[in-house]
Amino acid sequence: MIDGFLALYIFMLAAFCGYEIIARVPVILHTPLMSGSNFIHGIVLVGAMIALGHAQTPFEITIGFVGVLLGAGNAAGGYVVTERMLEMFKSSKPGAGKGDQG
Amino acid sequence: MSLLPTLIKACYFLAALLFILGLKRMSSPRTARGGIVWAGVGMLLAVLATFFLPDMHNRSLIVAAVLIGVSAAWWTGRRVAMTAMPQMVALYNGMGGGAAAAIGAVELIGYARALGLLHVVPNTSPLQPESWAINGLPPMLSPVELSLGVLGALIGTVSFSGSLVAFAKLQGWMDKRFVFPGQRVVNMLLLAAAVVVGVVLASGHVSGPLIALFFVLALLFGLLMTLPIGGADMPVVISLYNAFTGLAVSFEGFVLGNEAMIIAGMVVGAAGTLLTQLMAKAMNRSIGNVLFGSFGAAGGEAQAIEGAQKPVEASDAAVMMAYAERVVIVPGYGLAVAQAQHKVWEFAQLLIKRGVKVKFAIHPVAGRMPGHMNVLLAEAGVPYDLIADMDEINPEFPATDVALVIGANDVVNPLAKTDPASPIYGMPILDVSAAKHVIVIKRGKGTGFAGIENALFYADNTRMLYGDGQAAAGQLVNELKSLDD
Repeated sequence: MIDGFLALYIFMLAAFCGYEIIARVPVILHTPLMSGSNFIHGIVLVGAMIALGHAQTPFEITIGFVGVLLGAGNAAGGYVVTERMLEMFKSSKPGAGKGDQG
Repeated sequence: MSLLPTLIKACYFLAALLFILGLKRMSSPRTARGGIVWAGVGMLLAVLATFFLPDMHNRSLIVAAVLIGVSAAWWTGRRVAMTAMPQMVALYNGMGGGAAAAIGAVELIGYARALGLLHVVPNTSPLQPESWAINGLPPMLSPVELSLGVLGALIGTVSFSGSLVAFAKLQGWMDKRFVFPGQRVVNMLLLAAAVVVGVVLASGHVSGPLIALFFVLALLFGLLMTLPIGGADMPVVISLYNAFTGLAVSFEGFVLGNEAMIIAGMVVGAAGTLLTQLMAKAMNRSIGNVLFGSFGAAGGEAQAIEGAQKPVEASDAAVMMAYAERVVIVPGYGLAVAQAQHKVWEFAQLLIKRGVKVKFAIHPVAGRMPGHMNVLLAEAGVPYDLIADMDEINPEFPATDVALVIGANDVVNPLAKTDPASPIYGMPILDVSAAKHVIVIKRGKGTGFAGIENALFYADNTRMLYGDGQAAAGQLVNELKSLDD
């Protein structure tokens, strides 16, 4: 259990962090970034697993199961789509392929 | 703290760190590809650690659900065409919102079940969780946890049904905008009702029927709120729901006491909100206007457009561009639909070989997501330095011989500058009509997604090349090649 004010601090710092990261981003990356952040909230999978792990009645278990299914879809789908989008950026610089140092 | 819980906590910490660093890397073109891998490692760590949490039941069910969900999404994500990426983002985002809502539902149902047990034991109150342990009852949610759980469930559910509608619209299953009189009032009443039921739930009066009513109201609100939105507004809405899901995940993370969820969700919530603002700003509109405004519904008093659309043959169009000095290509959603990016780039390369200076001009909201066109052109192999954004290219149009518009409509409509009655008045546009000649590749004579007439198509210096984007670009390529023979 997390203390209310501690949570408030975490909320605030995390929100500031997200805001700062996006603040100076070229338009060309908006779509991949939206897709990337879509992947990151796939962490909901962990929460759904915990919810299903603590579910007791069959009804709760059913909802928890659906939650894990959806969460897993969010995480896996988000990753694949983002990766495919970003893959295209490799060809943009001729000759930079060798080092591949991102 | 014993070793295992410490290790699990450490994994969650590392995951949160990797998410933030990964997102940071994704915000620069040079490091973007590494960024998603970093975030992916974080996700893997967090999921693996969760399997080892103590007191977890239904482990085999968890494994089954994870495997099914991952393989289904992996398979569809790999198979789908690049042009369908926007709706896939909407779909996966909706799934995340649904998962957050499911967490909230399980917590609420569990709470209601525990309330049932509570009546057996005297002198306990749902609002005093301390008294529960004394009476040997399972630990309950504190009032703050209950409120945030309800709020997260509300936001997650709206994001779920809203994103699915957005997906269906972009997929072409739901082409029409759905509008009825008094829609805004109905939507507001639905939201108000959902909030009222939510407040009742959060005050500790949790029961089965009330939970069901709550979710039905939230689902309906998400559905009805998204139905009337269309056209150029779709990207803004998807981005907004992305931020919604992030917030929902963060709140449900608080209920579950999971720091990785709180941090990752809130980072996405803030980043997504800012991204949504940037996108709305690019269209010169506020987010409220996008959600509740009546885009494309003004009609009536708009200026009548004089003249007629003048068609042109592919051979003439090819000659015009072959002997031009500067050509600017303006892609829009039609390019994505027709999958014409490869053909267009082939055509551009032929022009460049002939010594024509070719540039691609991209409007901030061209396509159905910001940067949608950049992604497609990158897929075809168009190098960065040939792609210009709006502020960069607009001063260059008067010196441009031919502007080739492919599947773009609202973002090049001069009415946005001249006609205050037009629903898109005030939206910054690409100044295509300033070019000496304009060639528009378009499927037919109809209006665009937003249903607005485009004065550009009737301008004296505009010629229409009717046809599917890919087929028309193919014709242009053939005509150019035959010029060289």
